[in-house]
Amino acid sequence: MRHLLSASDLDRDQAVMLLDTAAELASVTDRAVKKLPTLRGRTVANLFFEDSTRTRLSFEAAAKRLSADVITFTAKGSSVSKGESLKDTALTLEAMGAQAIVLRHHASGAAQRLAESGWIEASVVNAGDGTHEHPTQALLDAFTMRQHLRGGEGDLSGLRVVIVGDILHSRVARSNVWLLRTLGAQVTLVAPPTLVPFGVESWPCAVSYDLDDVLPEADAVMMLRVQAERMTAAYFPSAHEYSRRYGLDAARASALSEHAVVLHPGPMNRGMEITADVADSPRSLVVDQVANGVSVRMAVLYHVLADPGSALGEGI
Amino acid sequence: MPVARVLDAADLTRVVGRISHEILEKSHGPNDLILLGVPRRGVPLAQRIAERMHSIEGVNVPVGSLDVTMYRDDIGLRGARPLGTTDVPLGGIDDRIVVLVDDVLFSGRTIRAALDALNDIGRPRAVRLAVLIDRGHRELPIRADHVGKNIPTSRTEDVRVHLVETDGVDEVLLGPVEEDGA
Repeated sequence: MRHLLSASDLDRDQAVMLLDTAAELASVTDRAVKKLPTLRGRTVANLFFEDSTRTRLSFEAAAKRLSADVITFTAKGSSVSKGESLKDTALTLEAMGAQAIVLRHHASGAAQRLAESGWIEASVVNAGDGTHEHPTQALLDAFTMRQHLRGGEGDLSGLRVVIVGDILHSRVARSNVWLLRTLGAQVTLVAPPTLVPFGVESWPCAVSYDLDDVLPEADAVMMLRVQAERMTAAYFPSAHEYSRRYGLDAARASALSEHAVVLHPGPMNRGMEITADVADSPRSLVVDQVANGVSVRMAVLYHVLADPGSALGEGI
Repeated sequence: MPVARVLDAADLTRVVGRISHEILEKSHGPNDLILLGVPRRGVPLAQRIAERMHSIEGVNVPVGSLDVTMYRDDIGLRGARPLGTTDVPLGGIDDRIVVLVDDVLFSGRTIRAALDALNDIGRPRAVRLAVLIDRGHRELPIRADHVGKNIPTSRTEDVRVHLVETDGVDEVLLGPVEEDGA
């Protein structure tokens, strides 16, 4: 049984293969028939315990383009509000024939738990678990950077990537650090000290507290959303103070080198971590990221569902 | 079982030449033809046929590639394979005569998948099949219109086509099946 639980489970060749697969699958969008018969007769269940727009829609579109049947479950308005557990919900979906479960959950480690508990036979794809990981987001970010900065081929060796913002609560940042490292990029995290996670010294990346210091060297800047819903303590004095020191505005963007690109996993707080003029500027790849998300998730579903071997990292 | 060379580089050139002539003859010239190679080795073969056609007729016949991985009938049985490139020439395949080009015709399942893939791209006037080697053992009602060489084989044998573009040498070998199923 194969899963995609963590970006750190992927080695370089697996990651590059997923990106290559996604690049080929992207061309399906340009065809008259925007569908491949590959996963006909297979069922993908989207199991979303946490709010999400683009990830859920993106997985749904990906599964449908590969002709899989899709069952979507969202916690709101379901039996979860009556107290049904993750296990029972997953068992229900499997009883309905799901061969793959795409899981978004507010608890870190939920995807791993579901994959390794022995509760179900289905493959598990982690679509975001708490503040832990969001591997398909990291893959689509890598895909987008590769497309714009590496001609759409190979890995990201030598690429300098700066990830800015709420690292502490960001599963996107965690997955990106591991995957970018695997692909040969150098990652620098920039955040107020209160939003840098404990134990970051053991991560394969550098940490800086000064955005202006690192911007001129960067090939790609990834702005993270300030996650107000996870801000249970006073992490910074005020929103204004945060944007002044860690927000990307036109003045800061002008310090970037000519070719540098700006990414944001969405949803954006315009005016907070990124200003509207930067978000809508030509170097912003936010819209590309969304489009690429579908191709990357098609690649992941294909490899998880089509492979009796172990193309993707086995859950440990 | 020793490995035998059934075609060498010079043979291969002659075979490609003959197939090119045959296709042109059957289609009454190069008009409306499109050559689509099936990755990997069908693609350089299709390009060679197009070059030969150019030297015969002085016309550039459009060449592309058609990856069939996502249309195979053994998905989930043999594992996820890396995808090849699909590159359909500008103008599409509608109302054209599409010639599928592959290196070895065996079970016919690859060509079945290719026909399905074509279906999703457009509606050609006719589809023909050109293969370098026909080794028999068909599992589907599919035959080639143009065959470079018929090689009777047993299932314990393996036909290996090597091309300069993909393998650095032009030759066709017949030998025992290797463990990795190449």
